[in-house]
Amino acid sequence: MNNPIGKSFPRKEGRKKVTGQALYVDDLSFPDMLHGVTVRSPAARGKIKNISFEGDLPWAEFTIVTAKDIPGANYVALILNDQPYLASDFVNHPEEPVLLLAHKDKYLLEEARRNVRVEIEEQPAVFTLADSLAQKEIIWGNDNVFKKFLVDKGNVDEAWANADFIVEGEYETGAQEQLYIENNGAIAIANPSDGVTVWGSMQCPYYVHKALVKLFALPEEKIRIIQTETGGGFGGKEEYPSLIAGHAALLAWKSGKPVKIIYDRAEDMVATTKRHPSHTRHKTAVTKDGKLLAMEIDFAIDGGAYCTLSPVVLSRGTIHAAGPYFCPNVRIHSRAVATNVPPHGAFRGFGAPQSIFALERHMDKVARTVGLTPEEFRRRNFIHEGETTATSQVIRERVDMDHLLTRALQLSEYHAKREQFVKENSASNGRFAKKRGIGFATFMHGAGFTGSGEVFLQSVVSAEATAEGKVKILAASTEIGQGTNTIFSQIAAEALGLDFDSIEIVQPDTGRVPNSGPTVASRTSMVVGKLVESAVMGLKQTLLGSGLLPAQYTEADFKNACAEYLAKFGSLKTSSTYQPPPNVYWDDEKYQGDAYGAYAWAVYVAEVSFDELTYEARVEDFVAMQEIGRVLNPVLAAGQIEGGVAQAIGFTLFENVVWKDGRMANNQMTNYIIPTPADIPPIRVYFEENAYAYGPGGAKGIGELPMDGAAPAILNAIENAIGVSFNNVPLMPEQLMAADERG
Amino acid sequence: MTRIRSTSSAFICGKSFSMQIEFKVNNKVHQLDVFPMARLLDVLREQLQLTGTKEGCGEGECGACTVVLDGRIVNSCLVPVAQVNGAEITTIEGVAHNDQLHAVQQAFIQHGGAQCGICTPGMVLAAVDLLKRNPQPTEDDIRNGLAGNLCRCTGYMKIFESVVQACRK
Amino acid sequence: MRAFIPNYQITMPASLADALALLKREPGVWKPFAGGTDLMVLLEAGRLPHRNYINIWALDELRGIEANESHVTLGALTTYTDVQANPILRDEFPMLCQAASETGGLAIQNRGTLGGNIINASPAADSPPALLAYDAEIELVSSAGSRWLPYQGFHTGYKQMHLGADELLSRIRLPRNTEGATHYYRKVGTRKAQAISKVCLAAVGRMNDGQISDTRIALGSVAPIVVGCVQTENTLRGRKPDTETIAAACDTLAREISPIDDIRSTADYRLQVSKNLLTDFLMRLH
Repeated sequence: MNNPIGKSFPRKEGRKKVTGQALYVDDLSFPDMLHGVTVRSPAARGKIKNISFEGDLPWAEFTIVTAKDIPGANYVALILNDQPYLASDFVNHPEEPVLLLAHKDKYLLEEARRNVRVEIEEQPAVFTLADSLAQKEIIWGNDNVFKKFLVDKGNVDEAWANADFIVEGEYETGAQEQLYIENNGAIAIANPSDGVTVWGSMQCPYYVHKALVKLFALPEEKIRIIQTETGGGFGGKEEYPSLIAGHAALLAWKSGKPVKIIYDRAEDMVATTKRHPSHTRHKTAVTKDGKLLAMEIDFAIDGGAYCTLSPVVLSRGTIHAAGPYFCPNVRIHSRAVATNVPPHGAFRGFGAPQSIFALERHMDKVARTVGLTPEEFRRRNFIHEGETTATSQVIRERVDMDHLLTRALQLSEYHAKREQFVKENSASNGRFAKKRGIGFATFMHGAGFTGSGEVFLQSVVSAEATAEGKVKILAASTEIGQGTNTIFSQIAAEALGLDFDSIEIVQPDTGRVPNSGPTVASRTSMVVGKLVESAVMGLKQTLLGSGLLPAQYTEADFKNACAEYLAKFGSLKTSSTYQPPPNVYWDDEKYQGDAYGAYAWAVYVAEVSFDELTYEARVEDFVAMQEIGRVLNPVLAAGQIEGGVAQAIGFTLFENVVWKDGRMANNQMTNYIIPTPADIPPIRVYFEENAYAYGPGGAKGIGELPMDGAAPAILNAIENAIGVSFNNVPLMPEQLMAADERG
Repeated sequence: MTRIRSTSSAFICGKSFSMQIEFKVNNKVHQLDVFPMARLLDVLREQLQLTGTKEGCGEGECGACTVVLDGRIVNSCLVPVAQVNGAEITTIEGVAHNDQLHAVQQAFIQHGGAQCGICTPGMVLAAVDLLKRNPQPTEDDIRNGLAGNLCRCTGYMKIFESVVQACRK
Repeated sequence: MRAFIPNYQITMPASLADALALLKREPGVWKPFAGGTDLMVLLEAGRLPHRNYINIWALDELRGIEANESHVTLGALTTYTDVQANPILRDEFPMLCQAASETGGLAIQNRGTLGGNIINASPAADSPPALLAYDAEIELVSSAGSRWLPYQGFHTGYKQMHLGADELLSRIRLPRNTEGATHYYRKVGTRKAQAISKVCLAAVGRMNDGQISDTRIALGSVAPIVVGCVQTENTLRGRKPDTETIAAACDTLAREISPIDDIRSTADYRLQVSKNLLTDFLMRLH
């Protein structure tokens, strides 16, 4: 089989999934297994005064775990290590875990959970970004600030004097729940002599591993984390699984039995991480010809009660805040702050959807102020090869945003529709009408960890040959629906000249696979896929070098060579460790330099309708155009874009987290609204290729890209339709109504 | 006859009820002791070890728990098992015949209808039901026929495509 | 799953007579359980304190749709799927079919029943506005006999209704008088499918020589019960549907409903959209 890369190989584990045979964590059961639940704080902030066990229940039958039972350190090892596994004397957010229960009978267990009363002596709490920034109450550290960054390029202060126009704007985004259809869950077996083994729904087995090493104060080889088939993650299972895995393990440790914790939907929504809400202020200096002179950006995100990944979300949001434009003077001042809500965490895009929303809304405003069309304004400012980004990264690849924009506008019939809508919208027959509009956003998304992050990760992938001539890929990258298993198989098959079916992907198990880094940051194909390629090339080189494999070989030759090699030497296994591309320099102090190895570039166009009767905005058509290096598998790649756009449409028009005293009040699928099949427009996906030298087959990362552009494109379209400017998402009909003139 | 595991404690909060039922699942007859109000979803998964049917929401919103009950699709998280005495149920495990995949299943694999797979069992059953009632659905028919099944991964486009392709078989 | 399942019982009467006999013997102890699409949601959320149910799902006496010259009569266990499949309902009572098609998805429509919808009495229920607008009557049965009453007025307050402790809803009937009428049903929800309504209007209008001879206007999600807007209907009777009439009707409507802020929407939105729906309906009358 030649050249699998670029072809739509069917999903490697597809058959298991369509027949119901794929095993997710709740499908597993162990002999003598107990169920576990978490008892959580009823209040947002305060001292734990008392915990009482009420009702006439057989408490002696229950395993009860509190912070006192923790063998090692009571924190979730991540960045700042400020989040406890179990609150011991103080709580900082509603639903904070306080106590764990286990019992064989899951119905009785639920009855028990309801009968544990946690009394909190409440203290003043802060629930909004604004209140935290204003320091209404200091609830974390000295100043509520988890992290801040300053990007300073050129001289912004001097630029205002030369500006023909100075345009300001303020933009906000709300929290968003990942809503993977499979809730969080973990099963643990743990005891002091054997160590700890956890099976769970997760994206990053080695994150969980690192956290449990500290929780149990055990050596690394005594902790084993196994990823079960995972029903969606989107970042919601990046860091959160460390917490639930630790809880299951603590109950297993104390009870001496396997313990399974599975959240129901209400618990998962109310207690686990969400997308960081954001607030961005833009101040932009521009010439009368529409050239950007200076951008001053203030970007703030709400991290919730504990730090978790806020510094990294802030980082990505900061770096993407000035977009795919060349601007000689840029200052970005960003902060991640604490509030007394459940900690926010990773969600596809990871800060970029927030800052790009602000930017692309603002660019339309600047265009209008200067008297240019949104299109013309962008064309005059797109970045080109040889120019520098906000972090002074020199773009060293052929970038043609002009071309992407032209194509996207053509494919969406943007100009014709704009003209048509002007006519139709002004024609009135006295009845309630549907106003129509079309708008777009232009953006980029950096793949892989920022700056020196990938070097720090030191990712490893191994490859192992079997006597049957099969090649096993051992990587910590998880399949969570995005196609890891299939892509890795294609990459390996292409590099070896073997059949797609000759490649086997080993289930991510820290006892078996090396640490390839987390399955996040759009890095799995681009960074880890490259390691897959080099690991299997290592196998091939070894076989060639041994003389057992001819230079031109068939599948049968390969099988024979493996069999002979194994007979002679026992095993054939190679590893490949991440090497950074040359000439990538990043200064962490100044926050300057080559932020990402590669960027995908995109233009998204949204056509909307606005119903004058119900004030509902609806996306009627969507064009997603992007340059992604290389399309490794067309069906999977389009699937990523379509899924991401659907989530972004949800982010924009449907998904509203209703907060009450720091708790998500609408924590049910009935009241937290994601789009159904009836709500999604046709999503038309187009790719361009421009090979990235350091990605397998030339591929760049794409997982997060589709999350970035829809929100501003849709709001730009709504403004086009009704002539009113909105600057926040989610944008609900109730708010659209307030701005409408009629009635 | 499969006995349910009764609570291991001597404690019972109030009176505890159980009943015997007999019903067919994927053409096989089962006799079980059940709690009358136990969800059909839990009985299938825990007492019959048919874990293909999934819980996504427990409120009848997501459709991950879809099964066929007496010829019609229902959300098994909303059916008390007492009501299926004498009934015939098909779960995802009963869709393929002797390792021969249904055209819908084949299409889902080929055309990207499944990504993480958790919504897939329910989605497949809903699609199979749709095509049974309407062998040549329009795209609108497909959107409406699958409106009770939520997917967070695909954005639905390739699910529609998979159903369209399955019709052609 | 937040309920202690072992405590719940469902008794399975063999016939309607048996069911009614039990209700008479032990009034208030047993609540009817039909398709379960409302009760099971409450159960799983830990909000179903009542534990003793009588299964009526198997009672065929409560099923079936019959028609004579003057009425269509539907059994209480008529599901939303049954409604949409019936040619007479599609032809003469399209709003009922539209409401059924917009209630949940197909899996819900196969199990949800009109009787359950009425007795569960959520003010956001989708079918009741259509039933009110079609002048529905309902039949309540007990072991002592049966009685018909207008559906209008059946609900007296939030989840309160004229239902005796030993009574079951058995049938719903609609007068076949919709010929030549304008039907208008619109549910405004949180999304296009599987949504709880924010506002729901069902209206029927009959014209005579350019004037409104009569209307029926019913709204859901704007009060503790589904509202038959009798005063608004009074305002419209005998008038031309011109701008002045429409404005007057909207004013009356605003006084007749009492929308609130809740987790899904706001009072302001509900009020304004109610007026817009009424206006849209009236503009279609000629």
